[in-house]
Amino acid sequence: MLRLSPEQMAERVAQDIPDGAYVNLGIGMPTKVSNYVSGDKQVIYHSENGILAVGPAPAPGEENPNLINAGKQYVTLLPGGCYFDNAESFAIMRGGHLDIAVLGAFQVSARGDLANWATNNDKYPPAVGGAMDLAVGARKLFVVMRHTTRDEEPKILEECTYPLTGTGVVRRIFTDLAVIDVTPDGLRVVELFGENTFEEVQALTGARLLPPA
Amino acid sequence: MIDKRVASFKEAVADIPDGASVMIGGFGSSGIPLKLIESLRQHGAKGLTIISNNAGVAEEGIASLLRDGLVSKIVCSFPRSAGSKWFEKRFEEGSIELELVPQGTLSERIRIAGAGIGGFLTPTGYGTRLAEGKETKIIDGKGYVLELPLPADFALVRAECGDPWGNLIYNTAGRNFNPMMASAARVTIVEVNSIVEVGGLNPEHVVTPGIFVDRLVAEEVHHAQA
Repeated sequence: MLRLSPEQMAERVAQDIPDGAYVNLGIGMPTKVSNYVSGDKQVIYHSENGILAVGPAPAPGEENPNLINAGKQYVTLLPGGCYFDNAESFAIMRGGHLDIAVLGAFQVSARGDLANWATNNDKYPPAVGGAMDLAVGARKLFVVMRHTTRDEEPKILEECTYPLTGTGVVRRIFTDLAVIDVTPDGLRVVELFGENTFEEVQALTGARLLPPA
Repeated sequence: MIDKRVASFKEAVADIPDGASVMIGGFGSSGIPLKLIESLRQHGAKGLTIISNNAGVAEEGIASLLRDGLVSKIVCSFPRSAGSKWFEKRFEEGSIELELVPQGTLSERIRIAGAGIGGFLTPTGYGTRLAEGKETKIIDGKGYVLELPLPADFALVRAECGDPWGNLIYNTAGRNFNPMMASAARVTIVEVNSIVEVGGLNPEHVVTPGIFVDRLVAEEVHHAQA
């Protein structure tokens, strides 16, 4: 089977980000998406700590310790960008002003429930950050994740077994095998990568899939 | 005459008692009042409740308060980060209580505490473990969680520049939680890089009105002008 690399997955997500979109990219693989958004599109990136129009990393020696993104990496501000406090930043998120958020996930359910902030290991200290706010607030929530765990256990399930981040919030799932939409009828495969077949992808999925329309 | 400047970081935190609740501004490395935190650590008040987005990394900031055993509870959205070893150690040994709050709920609870509002309904966290035990309400088919204000005894705030009345401007994304914390504590103590004379800040640029600020201390010592 064809399994996309993390870079190829980010590239595939980038194709679905339209010109003019206001976008929040989660920490980790989602952050890579901006590397692949084509230069003829104008996309404005929001960072939860209070930035619109986040720019690329600064040149060495030009870092400002105050000017970081949600992943605590140094960034810059593009012309036209602005700063605001955390309450206003989350009003932007919760208030439905962002067109798209891209998040990673541990699990997604058949109804679009998202689990991405905690496992069932209570000894490990939890952290939630802005994940729950983004999950409920963005107009469209994209998830980008490997289709299975490293042990080949499915991550797309009838019901999540990990603690939920939000219920019924995921719109589209980009995995290393396929693109899957969460629809009122169920999970519909909209794209299979390479020669991957519907049956192969279904076999690695813990919920019933609908074939491409 | 209103002059909120104090002479030293030590003096600025000298009356914080054991058991106080203390908000601390900052997000990651950004907008943290590191000198005020260091003075608080040296002051040595114990049994503190710390309200902040993160729990500090390495030996710096909130991590140093955790290391020295001064914290009994932390209210936080993202306590675990690369290098947050003192938080992880205190959590694993069970010596601190953690109240985990989604980030936007944390900032809004602080904001409404400063705004005199008794609670708000947010969709964030609805149907999740973090809403367990909380009142919920369905409005137009959408689920909401009732969240209550989060005030504190003291706020330690970091800004770029202030004036003797306490008006503040910030540096880039360094404002983060600082403006709403300034409004939500009984006593707000601000660390700034520099202090200008009254009238020296462009009123169109002031982010935090001085009415929210009680004490102002500069990184570089400026002698008071009459």
